Amino acid sequence: MTVFLDLIIFVSSILLIVGLRKLSHPKSANNGNVLAAIGVGLGVMLAIFYPLETENNNYLFIVLGIIIGGVIGLISAKKVPMTAMPEMVSLFNGFGGFSAALISLIWLINNNAIGGVSDMSVVLSNLFLGFVAFTGSMVAYGKLSGKLQDRHLQIPYATVVNIILLAVAIAMTIYFAYHGRLTTLELSMFTVLSVIYGITFVAPIGGADMPVVISLLNSLTGITAAISGIMTDNKLMLLGGVLVGSSGIILTMLMCTAMNRTLVGVLFGSFTSSGASSGASGSATEGTIKEISVSDLAVQLAYSDRVAIIPGYGMAVAQAQKITKDVENLLVNKGVELKYTIHPVAGRMPGHMNVLLAEADVSYDKLLDLEEANDFLADTDVAIIVGANDVVNPAAKEDPSSKIYGMPILDLAKTKNVIVLKRSMNPGYAGIENPLFFKPNTKMLFNDAKKSLEGILSELKEL
Amino acid sequence: MTEIIEFISNNLNMIYILAFAIFLGFEIISKVPTILHTPLMSGSNAISGLILIGAILLIRVTPSDNYITLILGTCGIIFGTINAFGGFAVTGRMLQMFNKKNKK
Repeated sequence: MTVFLDLIIFVSSILLIVGLRKLSHPKSANNGNVLAAIGVGLGVMLAIFYPLETENNNYLFIVLGIIIGGVIGLISAKKVPMTAMPEMVSLFNGFGGFSAALISLIWLINNNAIGGVSDMSVVLSNLFLGFVAFTGSMVAYGKLSGKLQDRHLQIPYATVVNIILLAVAIAMTIYFAYHGRLTTLELSMFTVLSVIYGITFVAPIGGADMPVVISLLNSLTGITAAISGIMTDNKLMLLGGVLVGSSGIILTMLMCTAMNRTLVGVLFGSFTSSGASSGASGSATEGTIKEISVSDLAVQLAYSDRVAIIPGYGMAVAQAQKITKDVENLLVNKGVELKYTIHPVAGRMPGHMNVLLAEADVSYDKLLDLEEANDFLADTDVAIIVGANDVVNPAAKEDPSSKIYGMPILDLAKTKNVIVLKRSMNPGYAGIENPLFFKPNTKMLFNDAKKSLEGILSELKEL
Repeated sequence: MTEIIEFISNNLNMIYILAFAIFLGFEIISKVPTILHTPLMSGSNAISGLILIGAILLIRVTPSDNYITLILGTCGIIFGTINAFGGFAVTGRMLQMFNKKNKK
């Protein structure tokens, strides 16, 4: 019987590996997701029925927990608007981390907080990482959903504070592991330390870098699942957790590359030490702002040969993707060559814009990634920026004192006309001025992006 | 020191899995198009919902009158399940939109 059960573990491990593999290719991604879900489901079924030495089972609590969690999970996954996807992932991830932390607490309570060196170091690091993943993800969630502002979370000497906190946590883990037991007070102190470190770790990192942070925290939750696998001697958790952990680190690196930033730079880097450079960039923002009317823009668009749409988070917020598609249809009918030029980190997460435009039925071949986009933009009549900001900021190329200097951008220097749909002159997510708005070939259309596009649409229909 | 060696010899299988899985994870995600970064992150995040298994295994060996542990464990299961169910459902929703596209 147990051989049969072990075989199920083997099968679900294979499902996880194949599923993750398929998830990284566009055509097979959906199958991959289903396979991985079956893998996890099999593992959970097995955990419920696998024979254990001292069984009390407590099935009532297990079933209750799964039903409550399942209903909450499914409903929130169904209800969440596409725009809020990144923060939803962050929230789910935090819950996973919290679960890992709870598992460690239960282990400690069940064993009266007594254990050997290896057991204790495993359990305590799981407790620490679980809480860090939890509170870190919550801060990331707060930042992405706009509930927390960067400036509310300034911690003086953040890097130093974090290194000290981390050092104390490691020292405590080693001490308690060798000591072999914890008092309730010591356990509470360790827990509080873990909770605080998660906050101070993520708080100073700029909002624009949140995608990288979420990917890193995702990897961290994977590692806690792996450690929990070691604690409960479950091979599937170990394998799946490590897979998530190591692939998550690769994904984090890919995202950093897309943003031309290093991981160290994101975690301890230049974005965080704000304040000083904001004054320096003032010189670049001289010039006047020119506005354009909806009807002028509509005429200009209708008589252009090539038009580029540059989507950003503003498109997501305004839910302007469907109306953008309508404008696209009209312009294409008028013989305009229209493309969407998508910066890898436009929106709040890599691929965010692709998801959003796919929802509005925009066809794949109209989406250009960074390199193709810059070729296209060099020879484009009108580029409409729909709620993007930092990814088109020329300061990244021109101003070495800028915080985003060196980040690859969508280059609009050669584009004949740049139109910015924007609600106000407020700076973008990175909190820096955008000299693009003051360039001679740039015109602004101040309004909610959706309202502006609706205006353009009705003007176009009358032309 | 002896305990560490003992730990390693007792958990040799697990250490094999650990080592291989690390390399496997690195290899699986080598080239991913940007379009899939978000769904992939979401999907792998859902896989860490495996943590739920740990909570189930621990709650099963908890004495039935130890209510603090049972409540903590049930919370662990709830949060783990939200992570797993919600994660896969959200990933499915994102990918569904690409699929709808392919059929047209």
